Amino acid sequence: MNDVTINGYLRSDGRKGIRNIVVVAYLVECAHHVAREIVYPLRSKGVHLLGFPGCYPNSYAHRMLRQLCTHPNVGAVLLVSLGCEGFNRAGLLEEIRATGRPADLLIIQQSGGTRRTIESGAGWVASALNQIQTTLRAPMEVDELIVGTICGGSDATSGITANPAVGRAFDRLVAEGARCIFEETGELIGCEQIMAARAARPELGRSLTACVDKAAHYYTAMGHGSFAPGNAEGGLTTQEEKSMGAYSKSGNSRISGILTPGDVPPKGGLYLLDVVPDTFAADGSVSPRWGFPNISDIQEIGELIACGAHLTLFTTGRGSVVGSAISPVIKICANPETFRRLSEDMDVNAGRILEGETTIDEVGDEIHRLIMRVAAGAPTASEELGHQEFSLVYKSFAPLGPECLPSS
Amino acid sequence: MPAVVAPRFIRIHRDDNVLTVAAPIAAGQTYPVGDTSVVAGEPIAVGFKIAAEAIPAGAKVIKYGAVIGSATRDIAAGEVVHTHNLKSDYLPTYLRGESEGKTV
Repeated sequence: MNDVTINGYLRSDGRKGIRNIVVVAYLVECAHHVAREIVYPLRSKGVHLLGFPGCYPNSYAHRMLRQLCTHPNVGAVLLVSLGCEGFNRAGLLEEIRATGRPADLLIIQQSGGTRRTIESGAGWVASALNQIQTTLRAPMEVDELIVGTICGGSDATSGITANPAVGRAFDRLVAEGARCIFEETGELIGCEQIMAARAARPELGRSLTACVDKAAHYYTAMGHGSFAPGNAEGGLTTQEEKSMGAYSKSGNSRISGILTPGDVPPKGGLYLLDVVPDTFAADGSVSPRWGFPNISDIQEIGELIACGAHLTLFTTGRGSVVGSAISPVIKICANPETFRRLSEDMDVNAGRILEGETTIDEVGDEIHRLIMRVAAGAPTASEELGHQEFSLVYKSFAPLGPECLPSS
Repeated sequence: MPAVVAPRFIRIHRDDNVLTVAAPIAAGQTYPVGDTSVVAGEPIAVGFKIAAEAIPAGAKVIKYGAVIGSATRDIAAGEVVHTHNLKSDYLPTYLRGESEGKTV
């Protein structure tokens, strides 16, 4: 029974948002300071900063920024360019304007430099904030929600409490028609056969296994995997152990498809987001051309949001404090001692399972209720604390095969 | 000194041959494993694993009902199972402070 009414922000493509954010996006690191100065005085007014640091163009980065700037939680966008970087700024501006959103572009080299660009930007954003007050609202059902999940700062409690509880919430959301996304193929190494057996179609099962194989090759070629030193200090021993713990947050639903960053799932169901770049050498082997698949949890959250995630469920054992630009992050703390130390940063205390005070099922229901409240506008802990992290670096992806997505 | 509490373990899957410690175990504390009991040689923190039964060298270690690696030596019932006696079948585990490329 969902008795919370979500009053969504209606967008021109028919999608609905649960927030109405003004995005200021820098198109090269050299424009970062100016963009940040525009955002800073307005950071508690729903103005978020994101951007791409690279000077050379990259189709993944362009796609990420396009999907983020036209995300249903976004009401208006200001692009900030230095002027000589390679990013296709005119193309991105055109793509955003085509959605009917207020959007503009400031080029620092043509706008009189730092101070004058900041002044122009601040004026534009103030006006955009007024303009989006009149965004149409429409009731939003649970089957219109896209929810992502990620874990970060894992310890051995993550896989015992918070991740299985998120799995229960995911099972319920998928049954209600929502679109749910899990990821971290590098952290699924060792459970690929179990995952393939859950594929909705046999050919999808083979692709799921191939996805994890690619991650294994990529991480091996990099020298090591996502297994951070802190994991072993928390009692986890191997990649496979961490993988099974991470995998448990996908729940027990059938897997409907595979996404790459920026693919919006076409219909309700459970999807795996493949975050490991496709960088095949001439002999078909995987070569880690772009370095680590994700430099931190932040970029993965950004990739989930680029797939349309309205909000992200972030499980943590050792205690991540992060949030995100654009979409709220709900933090589910797996470890009761971490919760006591960092309670202000956490939304759910799944560590009570460990202390015998509650069950995985009950925490799953609590997470589901919180998703509905946050979708209806209640701020998460990280939103209250002003967390709006964002990170984006170079990658490349091959187009998905037809077996990866269900027919819509 | 943290208060000594009754030992508590979680078996996540019925096929598992390791248990997860759910309450901290003090050095010298006795805890039951199957039909026997074991005295902790050192403190064991929450989240660490102990062997639910004897696991011979080379045998698979099972948690979540899935293989999480292989025993690198004989492990006695009740013994802590970690990097000193369990290795990944996939990737090496890196510990803080170790030089790049050195594995355990």
